[in-house]
Amino acid sequence: MKKDIILCGVGGQGILSIATIIGEAATAAGLNLKQAEVHGMSQRGGDVQSNLRLSTDTIYSDLIPMGEADVIISMEPMEALRYLPYLSKDGAIVTSSQSFVNIPNYPESSAIDAELAKLPKVAKLDIEQIAKEVATVRSANVVLLGMAAPYIGILSTDELRSAVARVFERKGEAIVEANLKAFDAGVAAVG
Amino acid sequence: MKRLLLGDEAIALGALHAGLSGVYAYPGTPSTEITEFIQGDKLARERNVHSRWCTNEKTAMEAALGMSYAGKRALVCMKHVGMNVCADAFVNSAITGCNGGLIVLAADDPSMHSSQNEQDSRFYGKFAMIPVFEPSNQQEAYDMMEEAFALSERLKEPVLMRVVTRLAHSRAAVEIHEPKEENALSPETDRTHWVLLPGNAKRQYSALIEKQPVIAEAAAESDFNRLELCEDEPDNKTGVICCGIGYNYVKEAVGNKMNVLKVSQYPLPEKDIVALAAVSENLLVVEDGQPVVEELVRGMLGADYPVYGRLTGDLPRAGELNPDNVAKALGVESNRVFDPSPVLAGRPPQFCQGCGHRDVYNAIREVVAEFGDKARVFGDIGCYTLGALPPFTAIDSCVDMGASITMAKGAADAGVHPSLAIIGDSTFTHSGMTGLLDAVNDHSNIVVVISDNLTTGMTGGQDSAGTSKYEAICVALGVDPAHVRVIVPQPTKVEQIKEMIREEIAYPDVSVIIPRRECIQTLARHARQKAAARKQ
Repeated sequence: MKKDIILCGVGGQGILSIATIIGEAATAAGLNLKQAEVHGMSQRGGDVQSNLRLSTDTIYSDLIPMGEADVIISMEPMEALRYLPYLSKDGAIVTSSQSFVNIPNYPESSAIDAELAKLPKVAKLDIEQIAKEVATVRSANVVLLGMAAPYIGILSTDELRSAVARVFERKGEAIVEANLKAFDAGVAAVG
Repeated sequence: MKRLLLGDEAIALGALHAGLSGVYAYPGTPSTEITEFIQGDKLARERNVHSRWCTNEKTAMEAALGMSYAGKRALVCMKHVGMNVCADAFVNSAITGCNGGLIVLAADDPSMHSSQNEQDSRFYGKFAMIPVFEPSNQQEAYDMMEEAFALSERLKEPVLMRVVTRLAHSRAAVEIHEPKEENALSPETDRTHWVLLPGNAKRQYSALIEKQPVIAEAAAESDFNRLELCEDEPDNKTGVICCGIGYNYVKEAVGNKMNVLKVSQYPLPEKDIVALAAVSENLLVVEDGQPVVEELVRGMLGADYPVYGRLTGDLPRAGELNPDNVAKALGVESNRVFDPSPVLAGRPPQFCQGCGHRDVYNAIREVVAEFGDKARVFGDIGCYTLGALPPFTAIDSCVDMGASITMAKGAADAGVHPSLAIIGDSTFTHSGMTGLLDAVNDHSNIVVVISDNLTTGMTGGQDSAGTSKYEAICVALGVDPAHVRVIVPQPTKVEQIKEMIREEIAYPDVSVIIPRRECIQTLARHARQKAAARKQ
């Protein structure tokens, strides 16, 4: 069994933290994992993505071939569309609904919504609002991870949840609690 | 025990566990995390392994050679273009040979994710006539460090290790072993190897040539090279030579269904290539970067044997390999379902909000406009290269580390006025100081702007070699102290910066303006660190 996940967003939105949590859960579960990241100049407000591959078998390529991503997890709705050629036939998109506009030619939100509406499986929510309600806005990426949990499949929601706790352990109990609440809210929002 | 490591981190830990005594490097994507990992590692701290950043790749290469001379294992790391900067020392280190194991690590950036070219460092290995390692995955990267140090010490030659962005910046679990002890201090006693006067150099070069069969044999016998013939698919006509991470994309596409030669150590294992050619009707070469191996294999097999790859267009001539272009070259159909969305807009990187470079460029752009189309601004390598993009569109060139000052000088020599250079603090100490001395000696009519953010910003905020020394350096190089001027770049001071630039353009000799304000990324990081320290 394998799951190919694309994490994407805009530099600085915290996609690598999501990757770290999934990576922690996968390692604990004894799965093979490869995770290609983007470092360097593109982190300055440009589009960023990370390819995360989880499998019970050997994983060769660090990159996901086109048409094979099971899930695209995006911190930004237009960025989710950037990787469409990688999405598999039954693949899901889990995305924040809030646009991050830092370019002059950002498309109309309605055009992005129309594009997303054409796809078979899309979960789209205002993760910042949810994060603000249950924890702090900084946990928005963990809300998104919670929303993605049912689509990740190869790891259970519980395995992901305990990985959230382990990853934030160093930062103290209050931060662990906030992120667990954010995660649970994400799970509940799509459940 | 297994650890989840980036390719870069696997290299760093592999080196430490092989008894490394010092890493020498200048930051450069995608190589930076190697040195950063060693800087943060507990064992490295306990052993006092050298890991402070160097001023440039040449000083790094030479210092590493010095540590090797003293008998210890040394690693020097850089991005591919850093090889050009250290090439003098690198090539000659193959002539002197080494004492303690010496690994030169070049991280290539095919597709130019963060670079100005996609040169292939394997050429340098062939040029210097030394062994080259090219790991296919994180585990091999870790394991190779001990092998490469041992080979370096056996041959008494430096070894080049080449990785590419996709391995450097990809994470996987790596099985690690117990660390070895460091080498004892044992400086060289034979001077004739090391004093490259022509008489000695000729002897050393002959010795290097004589070592070539041994170097080739090491690669031929290497466990990192492997001929994988599949007996159940005898009708398979194409044999595949896979270099480095190319192997992964081939396995992803065809599994065990094709005859494959995995290459991760050079010189090329000629016997295996001939054997693969013998059981195939044609060969496909899958290599990331430039068609280095493809050309060599053509030479080996003769003009009549069909060899496909980047030169024949079966794989793209430029850009990195990926699972899709490799699958296509192997005739495997793509599973792609969805077309790219038509509503997408590009999102290029940009200056952070509040970055001081913004204020500097706002001032430069407006002053330059006052001169019609006469003024030119020569740029350099760093975050501030983004000044080339709208809304600033403020620089006319960006070529290599330090070229802003020397190109401004040459253009001024030719009659361009005003001729400005803009260079970052770290790039200035890397390769700008000597150019400034040329300009001073020639009384060149240029204005040099050293945009000082107190760090090496683009690679993530590493220490900058000249911090707090810039005025002193410029004055010592001969710039008139009255024309070395410092200002804080912030939105309220743009008018003042503009006036300063106008005054210095009017001064008919070399002037330096240093806008100085900390990078907002490192500022935020320092604030977080202070807050964390207060909590404890």
